[in-house]
Amino acid sequence: MDANRVLKGKRQSYDGIVAAVPVTVPYQRYSIESGHWWIGRALKALAEGAGLSHRDFDGFAVASFSIAPDTAIGLTQHFGLSPRWLDYIPMGGVSGVLSLRRAARAVQAGDADIVACVAGDTNHVDTFRRTLSNFSRFSQDAVYPYGAGGPNASFALIARRYMKQFGARREDFGKLCVAQRDNALRNPNALMKKPLTLEQYLSARPIADPIHLFDCVMPCAGAEAFLVMRDETAKSLGLPSARILSTIERHHAFPDDEIQLRGGWAVDVDELYHIAGISPNDVDVVQTYDDYPVISMMQFEDLGFCKKGEGPDFVRNHTFTIDGDFPHNTSGGQLSVGQAGAAGGHLGIVECMRQVMKLAGPTQVEGARIGLASGFGMINYDRGLSSGAVIFAGGGG
Amino acid sequence: MTAPGNQTSAGLLAALAASIADAGVKVIDLTHTLSPDFPTIVMPPELGQSAPFRMEQISRYDGNGPAWYWNNISFGEHTGTHFDAPIHWFTGKDLPLNTVDTLPAADMIAPACVIDCSRQAAEDPDFLLTRSAALDWEARHGRIPARNWVLLRTDWSKKTGRDYANLTDDGAHTPGPDAEVMRWLVEERGIIGLGTETIGTDAGQAGHFSPPYPAHHYLHGAGRYGLQCLANLDLLPPVGALIVAAPLKIKHGSGSPLRVLALVGG
Amino acid sequence: MSEPLPGPKRKNPLARTQQPLLPPAIRSRAAHGLTLAAAEGRFAIQRCAACNSFAYPPRDACPHCLSDRLPFVEAPSSGVLAALTTIQVSGDSYFRERMPWRTGIVTMDCGPQVIAHVHGDCIEGEPVRLSLQLDRSGHAVMFANPVSRTPDMQDDLQWREMAADPRDRRILISDGRNPVGQALARSLVRAGARTVFVGVADRWKPFPAEQSLRELAGVEIVPLEMTDERSVADLAADIGAKVDILVNTADHIRPGHIFDGATTLHMADAMNATLFGTMRLARAFAPVMIARGADGHHGAAAWVNILSVYALANLPAMGSLSVSHAACLSLSHWLRTELAQGGVKLLNAFAGPLDTEWFQALPPPKLAPAVLADAVVDGLRRGIEEVYVGDVANDITARLAANPKALEREIGQ
Repeated sequence: MDANRVLKGKRQSYDGIVAAVPVTVPYQRYSIESGHWWIGRALKALAEGAGLSHRDFDGFAVASFSIAPDTAIGLTQHFGLSPRWLDYIPMGGVSGVLSLRRAARAVQAGDADIVACVAGDTNHVDTFRRTLSNFSRFSQDAVYPYGAGGPNASFALIARRYMKQFGARREDFGKLCVAQRDNALRNPNALMKKPLTLEQYLSARPIADPIHLFDCVMPCAGAEAFLVMRDETAKSLGLPSARILSTIERHHAFPDDEIQLRGGWAVDVDELYHIAGISPNDVDVVQTYDDYPVISMMQFEDLGFCKKGEGPDFVRNHTFTIDGDFPHNTSGGQLSVGQAGAAGGHLGIVECMRQVMKLAGPTQVEGARIGLASGFGMINYDRGLSSGAVIFAGGGG
Repeated sequence: MTAPGNQTSAGLLAALAASIADAGVKVIDLTHTLSPDFPTIVMPPELGQSAPFRMEQISRYDGNGPAWYWNNISFGEHTGTHFDAPIHWFTGKDLPLNTVDTLPAADMIAPACVIDCSRQAAEDPDFLLTRSAALDWEARHGRIPARNWVLLRTDWSKKTGRDYANLTDDGAHTPGPDAEVMRWLVEERGIIGLGTETIGTDAGQAGHFSPPYPAHHYLHGAGRYGLQCLANLDLLPPVGALIVAAPLKIKHGSGSPLRVLALVGG
Repeated sequence: MSEPLPGPKRKNPLARTQQPLLPPAIRSRAAHGLTLAAAEGRFAIQRCAACNSFAYPPRDACPHCLSDRLPFVEAPSSGVLAALTTIQVSGDSYFRERMPWRTGIVTMDCGPQVIAHVHGDCIEGEPVRLSLQLDRSGHAVMFANPVSRTPDMQDDLQWREMAADPRDRRILISDGRNPVGQALARSLVRAGARTVFVGVADRWKPFPAEQSLRELAGVEIVPLEMTDERSVADLAADIGAKVDILVNTADHIRPGHIFDGATTLHMADAMNATLFGTMRLARAFAPVMIARGADGHHGAAAWVNILSVYALANLPAMGSLSVSHAACLSLSHWLRTELAQGGVKLLNAFAGPLDTEWFQALPPPKLAPAVLADAVVDGLRRGIEEVYVGDVANDITARLAANPKALEREIGQ
């Protein structure tokens, strides 16, 4: 090996970069509008929230599965934007973290001053099936023709192995789901409005063993958005904001694992906390990517709240409601709010911003200063390929 | 021109027409229906084969022809009730007017002598008509006149399918004339042709005769004709029926399926 | 353990016949490497020619070394069923009416993880054997089977969707005069066919095997002239709605040189008997078979063509046979696409010279009709699409793949 080769450098901090104006366009189970409509509503809310014209946004990052045949470029004309920095991140559950990371670096480097990060998807009656059938090439070739169970079937296989390997029980998953439903009952935007008991969870109809009805998110239409800018920009606009302490992403980690029992967070988690200058104990509120409760449990381990394999015990030993000892998915998460396509990967970020900015209203966790939100996504074949996380701190702006 | 009985020929035809109209003269159809499953002559499979009758629909008041029904048909020249022209056999290949398109139209209408062998054929599928049997027939019905058809009644046309073809592993077993009677009918009696109810003017086993296939050999060698797969010969009198047998006018044709009619007096 | 599947009940005339639906049918071009193997009943996945690692799902570059040389090669089909689920809810209409459906992840001994359909007798955590099957859409899928045979394993309902098992099915063989047709009748009766209709042309012509055919239990001789539109249509009117598998044995073999006077006639006869005969059969029988593609567990399943391997490369000594079967081969690809609408498979069985009278002058090895017939039954049970039967058929296909010009020169000598 050539000793002069420099393969690794030091990751720069995100000092001075903030996220502001958390926006949620209330979800609908089904919508007759297009993806463009939902993104347009989110952009308008961002402009109103910032007290600016949307033409003042000189950066635009968009995540969506339902704007075909457009990409982000077509949307600039559609919405009358003239950005000098543009990104298109149709990357599902990790797209929120990816938009934020890219926008933060662009602002830090001076390529843009105010980046609008928007995710929105519509949900027509047949959208979900169509999205599944051509989700990815490997999925089209080697997953969908096998029962077309969608992510339910894929995560069933992962959950089954996780349960067998680490002794998780359905009751453990149920505890997370019930806590999220309790949280959702405080969130007027959550689609799920009825209380859920553990008995109801356990007796729900099977979807793909061991996945049952309340392990699954409900596809819906909706949009989530936020702005990324310099701290000084936010202050000059009089906007409260959330400071970005640290953020990571990783794709296709651990390719040799037979079945997914960990995500890419496990590779980067030490650096995540090191750059943030905190430890997991300092985190006041956690928003995991909860397409299935088993994935949330996996994140407790991979994000350092407990060791690998201790997820079930961690769940048994904590409470996850807004007033619990481990406030988790305080909006209700995707399991109880709904999964609005690519916006599902932004739901936790936007809620996390609100929490540390003390803007969460009915779901506000007392004394939340530091929050962690994660993303996970793209079950391309047999596993979710992408993971990401961000740590926010309040007190910006 | 006058006809027997000093009747004018025009008057004769008028009388015939009237007689047909009031059934004084009966018209008897000696033809089998052309259908795909009617047996055809069988040759060893490595030889060329006569195509059986086939019909493919062009349209039937449908998208391929909204107001009309019609078909394409195909068949070998020697299919169903059919006519053999002299050129069909090598012995007649150099004769003039030996094809169906050139043969004299007058030859298409001629009287018939019907020799009833139905009892013998019922007893023996390989029954052969001999000269002495023909002479016996003449003793009863008079000498066979020249330019007459000789029709061999065997009632074979009442059989169907497998019984009709009557094939076994040594070939077909169907009645017909022997070689001697054929030479005699052609050379001594000058008949216009031989008609049979079986597939072929020759007997099923005639390939073993000398000469092989004597009916074909002598008839066509002398410019005479064959009719085969006839039906309804049991409705004809021994003498006196008038046969109308006009093959299709196929250029260079060796034979053709045709409608064979017999006019029979009351 | 699999439950033995009871034979079909008589059709309820008041019940609507289930419309055939197909599983998802879109695949990448690379994935059709699996289709090729599955069609021939082989198990092959990609293996990098540079670093020798196996890869799945199909792709266009090796994930280990980025080589683009990723041929599909025969691969060890053994693995362990790492995880199993039973899907109860599917968004796809085909699967929706076939729930529950077992799928799982198989860790192959040669490396890759494979999502597969899982036979009901496979146990999670235990070894399994993978095979590539053609599903009802005609596309390749991975199927996990128990390592050793289990009782009634062929009756697993997911497996039956992949196969065209003749057991308890009603079958039409187009030509009982043909020794291959006779051998097929015997093999199919042995395979448990419910009824074997055997078509016989020119019923006024006796043939030696007739008596033994008649004496075969389950065989019913029916009139069928492949060269007669009406005859074919009449038979279809009689039994068309009962034919679950149709075996087309049409051939017409007459040796001869291309410039012999009779050869044009032989050629026309051959085309009429084989190509047009197959078209007449297809026109009369295929639409009903397509409509009955999902008619219970014993619905219409397959169309079989018996073809000469010389359809692939003309054997001058059997020129007209080669030409007519080449035409039939092309027709079969057309017909396969049409039949696919109903999930009905089309199996082409390619044979070298048969041990029958028309191949008398050709030297051995020659294929016994019974061997060809058994290969067809095996192909139906495995649900495959192309069967090359016997040494000559395999020799010709191998030489064709290696150097078609060499084959063309040598075959005429």
